[in-house]
Amino acid sequence: MTKYVIKRILLMILTLFVIMTMCFMLVRILPRELPTDKNLQAVLEARWEALGYNEPLLMQYLIYLKNIFTKWDFGTSWYIAFRQPAWDVLTDRLLPTVLVNFYSFLLSVPLGIALGILAAVKKNQWQDHLISTSVMVFVSVPSYVYGFLVQYIFYFKLGVLPLTVSSLADAGGSWFSWKMFYSMIPPIIALCFSQVAGLCRYTRAELTETLTSDYMLLARTKGLTRGQATTRHALKNAMVPILPMIISTFIGILAGSMIIEQIFAIPGVGQLYIKSINLLDYDVFMMDTIFYTFIGLLAGIVVDISYGFIDPRIRMGQKK
Amino acid sequence: MMNKTTNYNHIPKEKFELVNHGERISDKKFEDKPIGYLKDAWLRFRKNKSSIVAAIIILCIVLFSLVTPLAIQNYDSTFMDVFYAKKPPRNSVLSNIGIADGGINRDFSDRGLMKAIAIGMGAEDREGTGLVTLSQGLESPYQPMLHIGEGKEVSEIKGAKPKVVYPGRIETYLEVGFLYRSIPQSEYQDILAWQEETGLQVLYPLVEDNEYNMDATDANNWYKADRRGTPVITTGGQDDTLKLDFEDGALTLEDNYKRDADGNPVYFEYTGGGNHDTAQYKVRVLYYNYYQYRNGFTPQYLLGTDSQGYDLALRLAGGIRLSLMLSVCVSIINLLIGAIYGAIEGYYGGTVDIAMERVADILANVPFVVVATLFQIHLAGKVGAIPSLLFAFVLTGWIGIASRTRTQFYRFKGQEYVLAARTLGARDRRIIWKHIFPNSLGTLITSSVLIIPGTIGSESMLSYLGIVKLGTAEVTSLGNLLSDASAVWTNYPHLLLFPAIVLSLLMICFNLFGNGLRDAFNPSLRGVEE
Repeated sequence: MTKYVIKRILLMILTLFVIMTMCFMLVRILPRELPTDKNLQAVLEARWEALGYNEPLLMQYLIYLKNIFTKWDFGTSWYIAFRQPAWDVLTDRLLPTVLVNFYSFLLSVPLGIALGILAAVKKNQWQDHLISTSVMVFVSVPSYVYGFLVQYIFYFKLGVLPLTVSSLADAGGSWFSWKMFYSMIPPIIALCFSQVAGLCRYTRAELTETLTSDYMLLARTKGLTRGQATTRHALKNAMVPILPMIISTFIGILAGSMIIEQIFAIPGVGQLYIKSINLLDYDVFMMDTIFYTFIGLLAGIVVDISYGFIDPRIRMGQKK
Repeated sequence: MMNKTTNYNHIPKEKFELVNHGERISDKKFEDKPIGYLKDAWLRFRKNKSSIVAAIIILCIVLFSLVTPLAIQNYDSTFMDVFYAKKPPRNSVLSNIGIADGGINRDFSDRGLMKAIAIGMGAEDREGTGLVTLSQGLESPYQPMLHIGEGKEVSEIKGAKPKVVYPGRIETYLEVGFLYRSIPQSEYQDILAWQEETGLQVLYPLVEDNEYNMDATDANNWYKADRRGTPVITTGGQDDTLKLDFEDGALTLEDNYKRDADGNPVYFEYTGGGNHDTAQYKVRVLYYNYYQYRNGFTPQYLLGTDSQGYDLALRLAGGIRLSLMLSVCVSIINLLIGAIYGAIEGYYGGTVDIAMERVADILANVPFVVVATLFQIHLAGKVGAIPSLLFAFVLTGWIGIASRTRTQFYRFKGQEYVLAARTLGARDRRIIWKHIFPNSLGTLITSSVLIIPGTIGSESMLSYLGIVKLGTAEVTSLGNLLSDASAVWTNYPHLLLFPAIVLSLLMICFNLFGNGLRDAFNPSLRGVEE
């Protein structure tokens, strides 16, 4: 197991390194734009010269890697937040993204699993048909359509929720204030639709399979009621593939949803990405790319390893 | 006993009789036609009602995208009119049954209502007499107010005098009303001839820019009004504010037309330019008729117009075509690359497999949005936005297909019939494509169909975020329509509504259709979600 984990982590670092190298090369060969202000131009050119931006590409990359390993310096933002380290720019935006996604995670996981269980238990009855049909619709419809729907219903028609997320200053200077939470409700709802639907569909499929297994028949023959057999045997087994999925969703919280952040004006990492493209702030763009890649890789590894912890019968990385 | 047996052994030859002499013994012929793999799948697919419905809806959407440009003969998708931008649906046939009348519901203040009604009154006043009454104006074909409700008092501000608002429905095309245009002399002569010929009035008297005209750029202010827009009567020697009573059909407004020394209204004003061709005239036109003069038809937009003034139905049809074409191309290319890559991986295994799997693994882990962005930045200028988007989709899209093919190959390559084929001397290529590959055909068809909604969704997301910019005068994509609408949809919901409905329908139907295909090809997977 330990050997397997180490192998996976090494592979992850290799993959990350290759992707980072490719993206770095593709980003650095792009021309940099100077601001129109003459004084600022001179300052920037001098800074860039000192930072080695005019060196050959390979040298630039070595400098970049050296800075990361020695100073944890991922470059500098020149436009979004002038001369701030790219790492700080990213971490500043992490909290709002994580908060919105975490709230919606808290709401959608129990709801999704509960609906999935209901659909599986009432298979081929009207409850199942209703849930399955709506799941199909909610999984297919793109998330920004929910964004618009939520804005239309809760802001324009009912007028109970705000249009966009409040700025930090408006909400009393804290991400955890009540007002901030209140303004985050619309994006939370918009995010929930597809998460609930995805989880519900998965739970239903897994539980349907375990409900028809032989050991369920045995449990019933032993005298357990249907409810007992379902909760004690079927649900536990169905959770084996569901839990890793929840874990991967949980890690995905960090990455957030770009489109929802754009619609509801959440100052998070997704919005930062769009901004960094529009303003051509390359170091921030690089930082965001590395971040997204890392989150994706991490989710993959954690999911694979978690199988082994959740179900001891599954031995990872061993030959049959 | 013994004797009898012995007798059997010695039956004379002539006692034997052939049962079927001269006939070949063979299996009975099938009375039915044989059912092949595809036919079998079709039989199963046919039973899946939701997939059939989904397929029909997809077909309808495709038909819509193909037929709309043919059905609209007056203009093509590059036709646009800035003054009729963001207008709701309007169709003369459908308006008889109460839909697509070009109207929206709105609450009017008394001044706002007066201004709207005055457009109809002004349009009736061809000679610039200023004698048109309210009831004449209301019956005018150019009257924008389709319906005026009972006035009701609302007080939004405590302590202030309650306002009277009139809920009404206004025709937004006629609401444009009058506009000032600068036209060359030749066009002015042309319009006069056209007016004679058709009997439709385009040119209306110009309006004075004086203290009774609160906004001289707005050609709809043809009546004398005070600074706040309330009509006034000056005949009594002083400015008397007119009491607005919409029940009073005989109500007239005092005109503010520009008149020459003889008191005749002025229809044009020379603004500059030297000769016959370049001389420019400022005129005041009734835009609805001016539009007819310019184009030869009345504005008819089945789905309204988009944010720039293009026909939304045509833009939508173009968007569907582009999105579908892009996603079908992506799907086919991914299928080809994925199938070949996966087949080689799965068949040869070992080092080849490990090396190729690593490449695929690295590509799969690059976030798609980063790929799309880099391709757009680097390639869009050279090969155009659409091809570079296609490359971005293809770069990572085939990995799913490849891994599915690989799994199938691992499952089948050790089976006896493959061994038999190899023993009989079949080459690798023949074993791969003839013996193993057909097993994975069902899975591959299904997953390549499911790539289509994924591509449509991703494209619309990228367009919406502004990473990809596909909108030009000729083509647009569904996502681009949505992103154009996103800034203004609160006031013009139809701009968002139609593309969003089409996009959602396409996504839902393709997913249902794909699921139906999967169930049909692999009945053992029914109900298993991926």
